Amino acid sequence: MSDEENKFPGENNTGHFWDDDLRELDNEPPTWWTIGFHASWIFVIIYTLLYPSWPGINTHFKGLLGWTSITEYKEDLKSIENIRAPYESKIKDMSAAEILADDNLSKYVTASGKVLFGDNCSACHGAGGQGNVGFPVLADDDWLYGGTITDIETTINAGRQGIMPGHAAMLDDAKIDSLSSSIFEGKAIENAAYTEAGCIGCHGADGKGLSFMGSANLVDGIYRFTAADQLASIKHTIKYGVNDAANSESRNAVMPAFGGGKLSDTEIKKLAVYVHKLGGGL
Amino acid sequence: MDVKVTNEELDCEKSAAELYEEADHWHVNTGDEIIHAKRMGGKFRDLKIKAASVWLIFFLGPYLRWDGSQAVLFDIPNRKFQIFDITILPQDVWLLALILLFFAILLAAITSVAGRVFCGYFCFQTIWTDIFTKIEELLEGTPAKRRKLDKAPWNAKKIRLKVIKHSAWLSIGFITGFSFIAWFTDSLQLWIDVLTFEAGTFVYVMLLVFTIGTYILAGFMREQTCFWLCPYARIQGVMYDTETILPTYDIARGEPRGKLTKGNVVEGNGDCISCNQCVAVCPTGIDIRGGQQEGCITCGLCLDACDSVMDKIGKPRGLIRYASMNEIKGVEVKPFHKRPRVLIYAGIIVFAVTGLLYGITHLGTYDLKVIHERQPLFVQMSTGDIQNKYELKILNKTDKVMNISIVVTGAENITTKGIREKMTLAPSKLTSFTVFLLIPKKNLKKARTPIYFTIESYQEFEDTVEYQSMFYGPKYLN
Repeated sequence: MSDEENKFPGENNTGHFWDDDLRELDNEPPTWWTIGFHASWIFVIIYTLLYPSWPGINTHFKGLLGWTSITEYKEDLKSIENIRAPYESKIKDMSAAEILADDNLSKYVTASGKVLFGDNCSACHGAGGQGNVGFPVLADDDWLYGGTITDIETTINAGRQGIMPGHAAMLDDAKIDSLSSSIFEGKAIENAAYTEAGCIGCHGADGKGLSFMGSANLVDGIYRFTAADQLASIKHTIKYGVNDAANSESRNAVMPAFGGGKLSDTEIKKLAVYVHKLGGGL
Repeated sequence: MDVKVTNEELDCEKSAAELYEEADHWHVNTGDEIIHAKRMGGKFRDLKIKAASVWLIFFLGPYLRWDGSQAVLFDIPNRKFQIFDITILPQDVWLLALILLFFAILLAAITSVAGRVFCGYFCFQTIWTDIFTKIEELLEGTPAKRRKLDKAPWNAKKIRLKVIKHSAWLSIGFITGFSFIAWFTDSLQLWIDVLTFEAGTFVYVMLLVFTIGTYILAGFMREQTCFWLCPYARIQGVMYDTETILPTYDIARGEPRGKLTKGNVVEGNGDCISCNQCVAVCPTGIDIRGGQQEGCITCGLCLDACDSVMDKIGKPRGLIRYASMNEIKGVEVKPFHKRPRVLIYAGIIVFAVTGLLYGITHLGTYDLKVIHERQPLFVQMSTGDIQNKYELKILNKTDKVMNISIVVTGAENITTKGIREKMTLAPSKLTSFTVFLLIPKKNLKKARTPIYFTIESYQEFEDTVEYQSMFYGPKYLN
């Protein structure tokens, strides 16, 4: 830098020189830049006046438009509800069976039913109704309590809890083994013990179970208490029963009630249609 | 700047060095001064007008009607392009890739043969600027008068002229924006909506953007857009080779240049009489005698100007002419079919066009996708049958309601649920069906059996579409 007199007068330099002729000029910024700069701060002023912005001691400036993210969210939600409204009002006065019969409505219901199913059912029955150990498959046509749309609706609404007593006291191990083998081969009713131990009372003369009491079909090869060793699993069920309070090793199988406040009637109807359409509805 | 083009090859003539020395002093157009180019007629001006008229399609196209609706409609909200009888849905958008390839290579091919033909004759920036300056000339007069008017103090006449000019420019901007939008929505309805203030905010924003954009780009930025903003100007510049024909000043013939004065013929002078007409008419404000440079959009207007002067002084035309560097250097010029670049470009263009033609003639009537349900992969039914669930997504590519039947093959004794004898597809829409297939376990030989869904049409279209999916059974079947 030099303190000598300005060697380049009249070019608006700052008087700072390096290497004789390298100097700093004090030019106006370009017009486009100046326009951009002024446009920016004007935008900021307008924006902060319109929208929530400046912090205060207890609260903040709310903005002249009164905009908040939650009201925007609620408005969006409302517009979605407006689209749904005509469907929802129709569904309200229809039975689940009527909804199922209507192509358009059952398509709509399947869409929202999927969400409800994910929230309420899939934890036990699997995301696609594929079932789990102790929890029935909902995509097949083997139903403990009946697979009509009304049956399904009732099941969801009121829940289900069947009882099968343990048979350890009635049947000795040899008989349980032989009966289990017969069931595993699909020939339960041919075994003498089937009648002798009273199985026939609940599971019926044909072994297909009775839907009013939720007794299982013993001849279709579909099991709720699935296991790698299915035969052992059958033996266990015969020996200790299902939901037998007197027996600590008894199978536990409870379908909770979703009616009575947990889910609305409409939601239950939607779920019933959804489950019916999973593949096994009768 | 680039005026000092690195043309060592051009040292063929002794005058080249002098030319470039002078070119160094040439005032480069950096936009600090408005270019008021002179207009004169000629061969290339006529050609330019003819080429520019291609853009009438842009303005008039949206009003073509076909079968009661707009002939060409790029319907973005409904995701379909309607081009006369052809409906293109997003599924066939690969055609767009071929269209882009075609135009990209066409640009490269033309540039390698004849330089920036697009810039000079077809580009909207060039043409709109030309129209804007034409309006300017009609209102304010010749370039000299325009410069004078710009410097003159404001008075009633100046205000009147400027108001008319800017209104005209803005109107062209508006029509430009309107015509653009009209390709994407029904043009007649758009007029009604816009004029009754019923159109959506988006339409008004787009109109404003186009109006202002056209006004600024063609009214104020003009050739500066080509200099500093446009990528194509730069890309095309590097596509030239020594065989590309470009507006070129014939140095050998023109130099040394000198002013021509009556009765004073200087011996040894070239044909260039330093009349500067080539500079005066240049819309980008360059001096073509400085050699090929970035500002040159190869519009050929300097050729017209020079030819008219040559006619006047009784010299042959073509002192500035379309010529390749090889021609100027006296190297043999190869015909097109011996230039590998041209051949390769032509090959790619043929490929793109063939692909496009194939695509358009094989759009098909349906598009079928079958999605197999994964949770559960299969279920066993109480009858012993195995059941699989599928989601059929069928796209009806026509704009008519279609009745179809679905046939499933691949195993014996297939029972279907969810397939009706006659199924209806809405026009130009995707319809999905849930379908269950049941196959007795004894008919399954393996855990995975290929299964075929075939769509057959009830209507005049004899298209059948097949989709192969898989039928899953228990693992122990393997």
